[in-house]
Amino acid sequence: MRARSIRGTGAVAAAASLAVAASACSAPGDGKNAGGAEDSAVVGIAYEPDTLSPLLGYGKDGNSKIFDGLLTHDADMKLKPALAAGLPKVGDDGRTYTFKLRKGVKFSDGKPFTSKDVVFTYETILDKKTNNAAKTELDAVKDVEAKGDDTVVFHLKYPYAPFAERTVLPIAPEHIAGKQDVNTGEFTTKPVGTGPYELVKWSKGEKLTFKANPGYWGGAPKVKNFTMAIIKDDDIRATRLDAGELDGAILPPNLAKKYQNDSNKKSYAAKTFDYRVVTLPTGNKVAGDIGIRRALDTGVDRKAMVDSILDGAGKEAYGPVPTDSPWFTKGTERGHDLAKAKKILDDAGWKPGMDGIREKDGVQAKFPLWYLSGDKLRQDHALAYASDAKKLGIKVEVQAGTWEVIEPRMPKDAVLAGGGSPADPDFDQYTLLKSSLAGDGFNNMAHYDNPQVDKALDKARESGDHAKRQAAYDTIQRELVKDPGYTFLTHIDHLYVVDKRFGDLTTQTEPHDHGLASGPWWNVEDWQPKQ
Amino acid sequence: MARMTGRRALFAVPVLLAVTFGVFAIAAASPFDPVKAYAGTAGLTASQENLDQLRANLGVDQPLVQRWWDWLTSAVHGDLGDSSTLRQPVADVIGERIGWSVLLAATAFLLAILVGTTLGVLAARRPGGWLDRAVTSLAYTLEAAPPFWIGLLAVWLFALKLGVLPSGGLTDTASSAVTAGQVASHLVLPAAVLAISQLPWFVLYVRQGVGDALGDDPVRGARARGLAERTVLLGHALRSGMLPVLTLIGSRVPELITGALLVETVFSWPGIAAATVSAATAVDFPLLAALTVLATAAVLLGNLLADLLYGLADPRVGFDG
Repeated sequence: MRARSIRGTGAVAAAASLAVAASACSAPGDGKNAGGAEDSAVVGIAYEPDTLSPLLGYGKDGNSKIFDGLLTHDADMKLKPALAAGLPKVGDDGRTYTFKLRKGVKFSDGKPFTSKDVVFTYETILDKKTNNAAKTELDAVKDVEAKGDDTVVFHLKYPYAPFAERTVLPIAPEHIAGKQDVNTGEFTTKPVGTGPYELVKWSKGEKLTFKANPGYWGGAPKVKNFTMAIIKDDDIRATRLDAGELDGAILPPNLAKKYQNDSNKKSYAAKTFDYRVVTLPTGNKVAGDIGIRRALDTGVDRKAMVDSILDGAGKEAYGPVPTDSPWFTKGTERGHDLAKAKKILDDAGWKPGMDGIREKDGVQAKFPLWYLSGDKLRQDHALAYASDAKKLGIKVEVQAGTWEVIEPRMPKDAVLAGGGSPADPDFDQYTLLKSSLAGDGFNNMAHYDNPQVDKALDKARESGDHAKRQAAYDTIQRELVKDPGYTFLTHIDHLYVVDKRFGDLTTQTEPHDHGLASGPWWNVEDWQPKQ
Repeated sequence: MARMTGRRALFAVPVLLAVTFGVFAIAAASPFDPVKAYAGTAGLTASQENLDQLRANLGVDQPLVQRWWDWLTSAVHGDLGDSSTLRQPVADVIGERIGWSVLLAATAFLLAILVGTTLGVLAARRPGGWLDRAVTSLAYTLEAAPPFWIGLLAVWLFALKLGVLPSGGLTDTASSAVTAGQVASHLVLPAAVLAISQLPWFVLYVRQGVGDALGDDPVRGARARGLAERTVLLGHALRSGMLPVLTLIGSRVPELITGALLVETVFSWPGIAAATVSAATAVDFPLLAALTVLATAAVLLGNLLADLLYGLADPRVGFDG
C-alpha cells in the first residue's frame, strides 16, 4: 500500500469498528415500548441487588415482586398466606411447621407450582455449595419434607417461635433453577417466579424493568409496567424526579423536605426498625465498665440527634425495639440528663482528671469509636455521640474505616453500627445480645455478656405463647437499662416522594436493609392509578 | 509488515502474563475482603461458619500463585471463570457490555480525530492569529480538565438546565426496549464528553505538524508553483503534518480506556466500566483479570496499529527495522 491510500485505510478501519460496535449492540428487548403513562410507574432507588435468585438471598425478607414466599406480610407486618393456603400448623412443641399449599398456582412460564419447588428452594439454600450469605437465618431447619403435591412439613432442630417469619422467602422453580449452576447460572439474572411481576430486563447499574404477570394468582396488577431505576447519587435521583423521569424516589431528609408543599407529589415517611447504635465492647476497660455505659446511656442527647441529624425524620432509640412497636417495654425510655450521668460517673469512681477527662485506677476514660467511611449519617451520629460524651468527661476518639479495618478491632473498639429487622424481635436481639455469639462474624459486636439476657433470649424464641414472649422481651429491655452494652441512639425514618396520581399509598415498617421492596411500592401490584 | 505483527503478537504473551499476575498480586495485597464484598449486607448477620464456607466456595482461601495458575489454565481453555460480584460467567459479563463500551469509545475517538484535525488545521493556517490563540488556549484548558468533571458539567448544563439531552443510561428510564434512536440520543453526551477529553492532544499535534509542514520545502515549492491554497494545505501540508497524529492515535488508547471508565460511571452507561470498578473494589479476581487482559490487549493493538499506519503513510519508515 502506498501513502496515497492512507485515507481509504482509515475509512475502512473506522467503518469496520462501527460495524463491530453495532453488531455487538443488539441487546435483547421485547420490541415494545413502555405502555401509556397511566399504567406505568418508574421509581428511583439507591440500591441494586447482587442477584435476583432467591437461592442466593434475593427477597429473603419477603415481597420480591417476581416471586412469592409461602407467607407474606400485610401493611401492618402481620403474616398472611401467599403460596401457602393458610398459616402453618405448628406441632411437636414448636418443632414442626406444616403448610398446605395454594392450589392452581403457576410459575410465569406456565408450569405448575408444587411442594417439590418448596423443598428444592430450602434444600438448595441450606446446601454448603450454595453461596448464600444469609443461610444462617435458616439455622433452625433440620429438613424439609414434601407430603404429596400440596403439603410441606418443616422439621426444626429446636423449637423456634419466629420460624414462620422466615417462610416469606421466595420459592424458586425447580424445573428451571435446578438445571443450572446455582451460583452463576442464568437464573441469577433472568429469574422466573410466581409473583405479580415478570422481569423484562435487568440492565445492571441502570434499571430493572418489570411487566405485570397477567396470570398472577392474586389478580393481574393495574400498573402494567414497573421500572426501578438504580441511581446511587441522592442529588441525581432528586433531579431526575424533578425532571419528570421518575414517578417516585427514596430521598434523604434534606432533599425530601422541599417536596412537602409540592402539589403533584406526596411525601411518605416509612417507620422503621432501622437503628443506629454505638457498641460498647465488653473487652474494653472503659467501654466495658457499667458506670461508663450507664452514664453514656443517660448523657447522650438523642432528641438533638433526631432533630439535627435526621431533620426530625426518626425517633429516639433505647433498644433495638422502636418505642412505637407493640414489643417495646413502656417505662424503659431514658431522658437526657447530664447531671444524673455525671453523678453515675462520680459514684462509679470515675473522677475528673487531667484535661477534663475522667480517670479511675489510673485508667483514662477514653476509647475509639469507628464508623464506616463514606457514610455521612453514621459520621454525624458518631461525632454527636463524641461531643455528648465529652461533656461527661469521657473522650471518644472518632475514626473512619472500612469494615476490613474495623472488624478485627471490634472486640476492643466501639463501632457506630446499624441494623434492624421488623419481622420478629428475635431476629435482631438474639444475634445482637447472645453471649455465645460474641465475635461470631458480625453477631454480638460488643461481646455483650449478660446471663439474665441470655436466659430470656432462649425463652423468647422457644415459646409460641405471645404473653410469655412479651415477658421475656420485657426482661431483656429492662436489663438493657441496668447494663447497656450498646448505646442505642436513633431509629431512622425512610423518606419517599411519589407522584399524587397513584393515590394514597401506604408503607410497611421497614428493616435496616434498603431492599427493592421497601417504600410505598411495596404493594405496587395493588395500586389503582388515576386514569 | 506481517513479520512485525507476528513479532508483536509473540511479545504480547509475556506482557499479558506479567500483567495478569500483577493484577492477582495487587488484588491479594489489597485490604478488601472478597467474601465481605460477596456477602454484602447479609454478611453482617452471617455466622462465621457461613462466611468460612463462602470463602472456600469462592476459592479465595487458596494461595495467590495457585489462584492465578488455576485462572490462567482454565482461561487458556476458554473458560474465563465466574464473576463473584455479578453472579454470572465472566464471558457473559463481557459479552453483554463490551459492545456498548466499543460504541462509546469508537464514536468519541472518531469525533476527537475529526474535530481535532479540523481545528488543528484551521489554527495552523494563521499561527498567532485570533483563531489559533483561541483554539490553543482552549486545548490547554481542556487538557487540564478531568473527564468526569466535564461530564458532570455537561449533565448540569444539557440535562438539568436546558433539558435537551438525557442525563444518563442507555435508553429512557421508562422504556424497556433498546432502539437505535434511543441509544443515539443517549450516546450524544457521553461520547461528546469523552471526545472533548481526547481533543486537546489531536488539536495541538495537528497544529504543530501542519504548521511545521507549511514551512517545509515541498510546501513552499507547491506554493511557488501556484497551486491553490486549499490544495497546498490539505494535499501537502496536512499529509505530512498528520504523521505525528498517527502515532498519537495508538498512544491515546490507554487514556481513552481510563477516560471511558470515568465517563461511563458519570452517565450510567452500561459498558464494562461499572463492571471494572466493582470488580476492583470487590476483589473479583476472574473478572478483574479478564478485563485487564482486554485493556492490555487494546493498548498493544493500538500501538501496533499506530506503527502500521505510520509505515503505510511514510514508506521511508520501515516496519520494525
